[in-house]
Formats: sequence, C-alpha cells, structure tokens
Amino acid sequence: MKRIYLDNSATTKPDQDVVKTMEHINSKYFANPSSVHSFGQDARKIVDEARDFMAFYLNCDSSEIVFTSGGSESDNLAIKGIVEASKIEKPHVITSQIEHHAVLDTIVELEREGRIEATYIKPKSNGVIKVEDAEAAIKENTALVSIMYINNEIGTVEPIREIGKMIERVNKKRGEKNKVFFHTDAVQAAEYFQMGTKYLHVDFLTITAHKFYGPKGVGLLFVKKGTPIKHQIVGGGQESKFRAGTENVAGIAGMHRAVVDMLKRKADGKMEEAKKSLPSLQVYSETKRIKKLRDKLSKGLLEISNSRINGCKTRRSPNNLNISFKNAEGESILMMLDQAGIAASSGSACTSGSLEPSHVLTAIGVTHEWSHGSIRLTLGKDTTEEEIDKVIETMPGIIERLRTMSPLKN
Amino acid sequence: MKYSKEVINHFENPRNVGEIKDADGIGEVGNLRCGDMMQVFIKVKDDKIVDIKFKTLGCAAAIAASSMMTELAKGKTLDDAYKISRDDINNSLGKLPAQKYHCSILSAGAIKKAIDDYRTKQK
Repeated sequence: MKRIYLDNSATTKPDQDVVKTMEHINSKYFANPSSVHSFGQDARKIVDEARDFMAFYLNCDSSEIVFTSGGSESDNLAIKGIVEASKIEKPHVITSQIEHHAVLDTIVELEREGRIEATYIKPKSNGVIKVEDAEAAIKENTALVSIMYINNEIGTVEPIREIGKMIERVNKKRGEKNKVFFHTDAVQAAEYFQMGTKYLHVDFLTITAHKFYGPKGVGLLFVKKGTPIKHQIVGGGQESKFRAGTENVAGIAGMHRAVVDMLKRKADGKMEEAKKSLPSLQVYSETKRIKKLRDKLSKGLLEISNSRINGCKTRRSPNNLNISFKNAEGESILMMLDQAGIAASSGSACTSGSLEPSHVLTAIGVTHEWSHGSIRLTLGKDTTEEEIDKVIETMPGIIERLRTMSPLKN
Repeated sequence: MKYSKEVINHFENPRNVGEIKDADGIGEVGNLRCGDMMQVFIKVKDDKIVDIKFKTLGCAAAIAASSMMTELAKGKTLDDAYKISRDDINNSLGKLPAQKYHCSILSAGAIKKAIDDYRTKQK
C-alpha cells in the first residue's frame, strides 16, 4: 500500500540532498569549529557560510543568527533570556492563548514561579489575534510580547508585521531604556510566508529546520543587534556566548541546504526576490499549487454532513486544513485513516493524554462536541492530487462507520 | 503511546456493536466533555445475559474496552457480569496505555448500570 503523509506541520521528510549534504559534512568536516588547526577551520567555514545564508534568508546580519537545537530551545532562549536580562523587578510578558506549548508553558512556568506577570490574549473566534488587544495589554512593566506567526493547529496567520509596527510606535514614547521586545515563533511560517525580519519588525524570531525538509535537532533564533538577553546554556561561549555547545555542524549545513532548496521553491527559483519584502508569496507557483490542493481537500471533506472548518478560512497557511466531524472522535478517525495508509493528526483530548481537547480549539470557542472530532491535515511539497483524491474518497466511509457506532444521533 | 494487538483487534473488529430495540436493561455512561460516551443494551433470560450490544462514541481504547466488556459479559449470570472489573477488561485487552485506563473504568461502569436498570425494572 502506498502511504500518504499529511502531517507536514508535525515534521517533514528531509530532502535527499539535505541527507547527502549531512553525510558528507559529518565525515569530511568532523572537526570542532573552535579548533585552531586546519580541520577546525574547515568546519568553521561550513558554519559561517550557513550563518551568512540564514542572514540572507531572514534579511538580517550574520551576527544576529544564533544556532540552537530547534524551535523549543529558541523559544525558551528568547523568553527566559529577556526575562532574566530585564532590569524590571517583575517583568510583564504578553502572549496569546493559542501559542505552541514551547512558548505557552515557558511563560506559565515563569508566572507560577512568581518571576513574571503574564497576559494571555484571547484570539477572535476565527483564530486571529487583534493588534488592538495586544496594544491594550501593554503595561508599564511589559518587557516582552511573544505571538506566533502561523498557528500550528489551525494554520491561522497572525498579524506579526502589524503588531511589530505597533510595538515600535509604543517604544518611541517609552524610550530606549523601557523598551518592549517582540518575539515571534515562526516555525510554521518558513515555507510559505514572508520571513524578512525587517519586514516583520521583530526583535526575535524562531525557526526550526525539520519543518522545511531539513534535519531535526537544529534551528535558530534571530536576535536583533543590541537586544539584551541572557544565555541559557553556559560553557564554551559559542554563538557569541548566547548558546554554548560545540556546533552541530552537519545539522547546520543540512538546514543551510534546506533553506536554499526552500527559497527555490518559494520564489520559483528567484532567490533575490524571495528575500524582498513582498507582502504575499501567493504569487508563486508552489504556494498556489499547495493552496489549490488544500482547497480541493477542504471542499471534498465538507461534503460530509455535520463537518466544519476550524479557524479562519482565508487568513490561513495554504497547507493547513483543520476540520471537525460531529459525532466521530478524532483519535478513532486518525487510526482508521492510518489503517488506510493516511497519516494525519488530531486536537482531540484522546490524542493528548490530558483528557482536555486542544487549547487552541478551546480558545477560539469550539465546543466539546466539535473539538473532540477534529483532525488536522497538513500538506507538503511532495503531496500530489492523487493523494488528495484518495483522502476525499476514503474519509466518508470512516466517518460513517464511526457514526454508526455512536450512541448519539446525527 | 502504543496500543496492544488486542486493542487494535477490538477497535478494527468490534464485537456486538448496535442496539437491542426491546432491551431488558440499558446502561449509559460518559459525557461529551470528556469525549467518550457509551451505551450498553442487555437481553436477560433465566438470570443470564443472553444478548448484549453497545454503542460508543470515543477513541480506539473506548471502543475496544466496550467491545471487550460485551465479550466478557455475554452468557454470564447477572451476578457474575456485575463483578466484571475495570482490571478484568484492562487485562483482557493486554493493558491499555496508562492515560487510557479510564476507558476500562467507563465500560465496567456501563455494564453495571445496565444490570441495575434491568433490576429496577423488575421490581
């Protein structure tokens, strides 16, 4: 049976040339980049070249790139780093109720420890956060605002640029000493959205390679020059002392390769253009192709009675579909899909182990009868129209079967 | 999280799914908040469960636990069926993952409720 992978927001399959690059680097450039000998200098060159290219991709300076082990570490570094470097006695942090747990739980923990005050902004029922709500939440002791770019569950696009500009405006009044810093977890945005840090007006930005066909275990945090943050890992002083530890040379090279390939896809091979501050990348063929397939899938699955889309239908990542079926449970749907060779994920309580449905669906007001029956299908560059057709063909039987078993009437 | 072979088997081929229109006893447990709802129907003759059916809305573990419970209860006397415990169901399924243990609690509760319902009606 040919299997269909529609869980690209969980992780993506590394490109063959990424894998090859890593094998090559691992064996040939094995030395410690901090070593003075020629072996070490060769490895250093690999890391430096990657850093320069990441800076090109994010439209920033090479010195503003901090390589990390991935999204969670970058989020932790940004949030704890700002809080610990802050001169405010009890800094205030603003975030949203729909953040990834790497952001949300970091802030919740700091709050519980009594180290910060926190505000969790509730999004509109379509999953989009209002800039005015973020502005209204700013207080005298606010040190950081952390809002995600693309929601990992429902794919909604948050107004990062607008919030960034708002914060700059607010900072003009507050003055340099009392600045509010802005972090965005852009982990789900890298492939289909504008990533220029100047365009986005952010101080910190998180990405991780495995979301765009790179390796797991490597990511980065963009740290705007002059932003005071405290390191979280101490040791040999690597990454300008922001993050100690011998560099993951092969991983970094793998991420470099993945971004090169991504930019080719993203902007039809026009590398320089990909970097420019375009408001939308939807003019390019790959983004259009993915969106067309997603829309077909969405339309096909909505043919099933008592189904609905979660999150905004338009302000949404082109590869994300989050759909609920009433009177069918998400995990059961997933397992039946899996038996049919289709991989997806779910926001139902049963998949989390917590007995609570997804915090994202709850925050946007999705009731239990709908949230328990939610599934997420996320497309990727290898997704084909035949695969989408297969899912549209398979799903009605699964939902029907589960509904026949349910004690509730439709 | 990984399911045992038995759980997968009972999820893929659940036994005794459906309703009994003229059931002698019906047990209902669970709620929409937690996401699992179970209904059990029993037919009783000479103090024995001669037929049993279930309907469940829930995860694979909930469906498998319901199915296993009906297997264990079928043909048993009411007193014996009443004694079916969460651990009987859990063990027969080759153990549910820890966070799914509540599914065996639910299904053990469902059969007790159905028997209670039958006995109340008999009075």
